[in-house]
Amino acid sequence: MKKIIYLLSIFLSLIYSVSAQDIDELMDSELSVTKQYATATFKSTHIINSHSVAQLKKNHLNFIIYHRFGAVTGGISKFFGIDNANMRLGFEYGLNDWLTVGIGRSNYEKTYDGFLKARLLRQSKGGKFSSPVTITYLAASEIFTRPFNDPNRKNYFSSRISYVHQLMIARKFNEKFSLQLMPTVIHKNLVKTVTEMNDLPSVGIGGRYKITKRMALTFEYYKSIRLSNEKPDYHDPIGIGIDIETGGHVFQLVFSNSPLMQEGGFIYGANNDDFFKGDIHFGFNITRVFSFNR
Amino acid sequence: MKHIVLSIVTILMFSFSMNAQKTFYTKSGYIGFFSSTPLENIDARNNQVVSFIKTADGSLNFGLLVKSFKFKNALMEEHFNENYAESDKYPKAKFKGKILNLDEINFDKDGTYNADIEGKLTFHGVTNKIKLKNVKLTVSGDKLKGEATFTAKPEDYKIDIPSVVRGKIAKEITINVKIDYSIY
Repeated sequence: MKKIIYLLSIFLSLIYSVSAQDIDELMDSELSVTKQYATATFKSTHIINSHSVAQLKKNHLNFIIYHRFGAVTGGISKFFGIDNANMRLGFEYGLNDWLTVGIGRSNYEKTYDGFLKARLLRQSKGGKFSSPVTITYLAASEIFTRPFNDPNRKNYFSSRISYVHQLMIARKFNEKFSLQLMPTVIHKNLVKTVTEMNDLPSVGIGGRYKITKRMALTFEYYKSIRLSNEKPDYHDPIGIGIDIETGGHVFQLVFSNSPLMQEGGFIYGANNDDFFKGDIHFGFNITRVFSFNR
Repeated sequence: MKHIVLSIVTILMFSFSMNAQKTFYTKSGYIGFFSSTPLENIDARNNQVVSFIKTADGSLNFGLLVKSFKFKNALMEEHFNENYAESDKYPKAKFKGKILNLDEINFDKDGTYNADIEGKLTFHGVTNKIKLKNVKLTVSGDKLKGEATFTAKPEDYKIDIPSVVRGKIAKEITINVKIDYSIY
């Protein structure tokens, strides 16, 4: 009888002491249930030429200057391509955290472009319904405004327009490495030759690998899916680059086989050169983010 | 006979004290940190702090996700997470401690009490012993409000600040805690 009562007291005292640790376990389990979103999958809204899943936050404005020089194989007389420069100026604005709108102008064929980029799903873990990837959708349009080659021909305004639809599926594997797949469709109202396609599907892949706290290596490649029998001899776009982060700017140095910076140009490929023969275009992207939040 | 009575009294004591133990908690507490320099002000707020206070022994804890600190400037928030706090590597910050002057506080009586708290704060993977003085605990019925202010140095938590921006971050960061607790 005595023994049972002693045992009971010990048992009760054990219950009392275990519950003192409970609050730490409770706190830990509450924290694990909170959803954590992947952040900074890509530091810049563009990888090399392509859009990345990175969105601007609400009321933030991104000012973009992109330069692509001529092929380095131009030699010293062309100063390794720097004599011949293509440029795109653009603005991107975060309407809210998941929707970015943008406009731009490239000197090549005096092309204006505009786009909407919407994030549909965000990579997360914990909580309900976590997702392994971030999915973003791009809808863009380009209009070239240089005069038509033959003014005597009946030229339509609609011939100037191209459309781009792209789905970006990205995953941040760890703090160093992010990868993105982008199935894309480009539609050109008017194409130059019979062998070119008005609709060109392609699949792109791009990624970023962080080498120091503020520097990363980037790459990009698209495989175009040309189904017609007569395929024009265009080179698929490929590029590598280095991202350098400095305060409010991201400075990207790029080496691309394309001198053009909008999807209808570099993905479509009519102006792309042979990367592996050395016809590489050096270029850079400078971006500056401004916040309009009070 | 004496033993039986003693044991019964002990058991009853335990059962009474278990009923008297109130545990307070929150999942949406506020902790903000603030740094002011002539060059720049940094203001970050976290409204998803988890915290428990066990009144029986005065033990308490705080836990938060570092990524839940919100800044007005998104770039500042990104830099904070990627380069300073390294929140992918150290996603959580925690405090585990106890109220030193528990006998001066009556959680069953409405009023405002001054608490002295001591414990371990873990941030950026580094744990330091800290002491908080003049923590305000306000009891009103079944609710408890806790407010505290203290300072911390970035280097105590191995936060790497490049010399280019050293002037933009204060040597001591002010941390404000404001929590409304309910009974768990």
